[in-house]
Amino acid sequence: MSTAVTDAPRIVSDVTRAGKLLYWSGVVLLCVWVLLPIYLLLINALSSPTEVQAFPKPAVPPFDLGSLRFFLGYAGVAQALLNSIIVAVLTMVLSILIGAPAGYALSRFNFRGKGAFRLLVLMTRAFPLPLLALPIAVVYIRVGLDDTQIGLALVHTTLALPFAVLITFSIFSGVPAELEEAAWTLGCNRLQAFWKVVLPLVLPGITASAIFAFTISWNEVFASAVLTVQNRTLTAFLLQTLNLSPLYLRYAGGAALVVPALIFIFAVRKYLFAMWGIANR
Amino acid sequence: MLLAVIVVPLQLIMALVMASVVASLKTARSTVLYIFTIPLGLSDLAAGLIWLAIFEQSGFLNSMLVGLGMVQKPILLLSYQNTGVLFAAVILAELWRATAIMMVILVSGMGLIAREYYEAAEVFGANRWQRFLKVTLPMLRPSLQTALMLRSIAAIEVFAVVIALSGTTLPVLASQVYDWQFNQQNGGAAAAVALVVLAISITVTVVFTRALRTPEGATL
Repeated sequence: MSTAVTDAPRIVSDVTRAGKLLYWSGVVLLCVWVLLPIYLLLINALSSPTEVQAFPKPAVPPFDLGSLRFFLGYAGVAQALLNSIIVAVLTMVLSILIGAPAGYALSRFNFRGKGAFRLLVLMTRAFPLPLLALPIAVVYIRVGLDDTQIGLALVHTTLALPFAVLITFSIFSGVPAELEEAAWTLGCNRLQAFWKVVLPLVLPGITASAIFAFTISWNEVFASAVLTVQNRTLTAFLLQTLNLSPLYLRYAGGAALVVPALIFIFAVRKYLFAMWGIANR
Repeated sequence: MLLAVIVVPLQLIMALVMASVVASLKTARSTVLYIFTIPLGLSDLAAGLIWLAIFEQSGFLNSMLVGLGMVQKPILLLSYQNTGVLFAAVILAELWRATAIMMVILVSGMGLIAREYYEAAEVFGANRWQRFLKVTLPMLRPSLQTALMLRSIAAIEVFAVVIALSGTTLPVLASQVYDWQFNQQNGGAAAAVALVVLAISITVTVVFTRALRTPEGATL
């Protein structure tokens, strides 16, 4: 409707101008609604501990690294950060290794139950996590996977996998099958054709879905909190110490969670729609 | 539970507004879209902490209120006595955090609607509002279904936002599971609550699948 036929130039009356102003202030307002809370958190994170407790709050960050330094030096934080990164990287690798072939199969082959499979993949998102986490905790204790990074990464992979499948599916669908067929006629076997023709074309998309998997694991709270005791991830650590820790520690931790996520989402923004646009049809 | 009932419809309205805005933007579309999707990438714990920064006693809301001279000294907003405020804070935080996912689904759904429908509607003299009601909404049915299903189920599971803002003052289902499992060491009770979550989730899924089914013979 934005590009509706505008055959006759209309006179910009005061009414439409006012409407336009209203419209744009609405847009700006919505943007502020999203951005302002993050900005406020960053102000707190960039204040010294005493300033965080102080009142009233400034509107501009004082750029004091006191809180952040305290946060990084706090017992267990470094380990939690490291755990978070390890788990997220494992999740990333696992979900791409499992998800990308599934995405490729969905985009290239027609098999029975394809539609049902796709729906099923999406439906796993609808499965409540508390229900998943508890039995897994029990099983993990039996198998000896409890409180390990790989165990948690496996759970996070189940969360990230639907997205990995759907994103890689849409990415592989974007590469015409003719290109692959051309490579076969030129003497490549299936693997070579994939390696030399398809892979270079899909690499950015695969990277994006890998980053997305990383973000999902990085942000996940409930399963991390339930499944780890000693090897806490950053989210679990923050949750656990929430009641005991001073405010400035919480805010610095919050900022430590937010900033990487912001960067990641910015990196994958182009692909955000791939997973839903296809899944809806 | 009540939380989900309030949050989801509000989110639906907001997501529809945001999606329409994005769909009708000509300039700066990608920037606005990126900004709108930021909360999508944030952890619910981070979202809870962000809103804690606003609502706590020496937080930004109090700073503003005092600055404007509306209250004399900072008031303790998040406390046992103020369950109403606590509740409102959690709703705001959830609105802020999780509307993005709905919006993304709806925007991509709107992208699938063929332009001809709008042109036809325009020919028949439908104004903007009528076009939205009679064309966009019905055509958006499948996306609405997905969005509502995912969001309601996620809303039932809401956890870290509530913990960050209220501690254990405001019990929700997921925090009950966590509490039974760890603080009370009662795995059975935890599992029971988790099953309640499952039951609600299934009900929600079934209801939405029924209510928003694409009519037979209708094609996109």
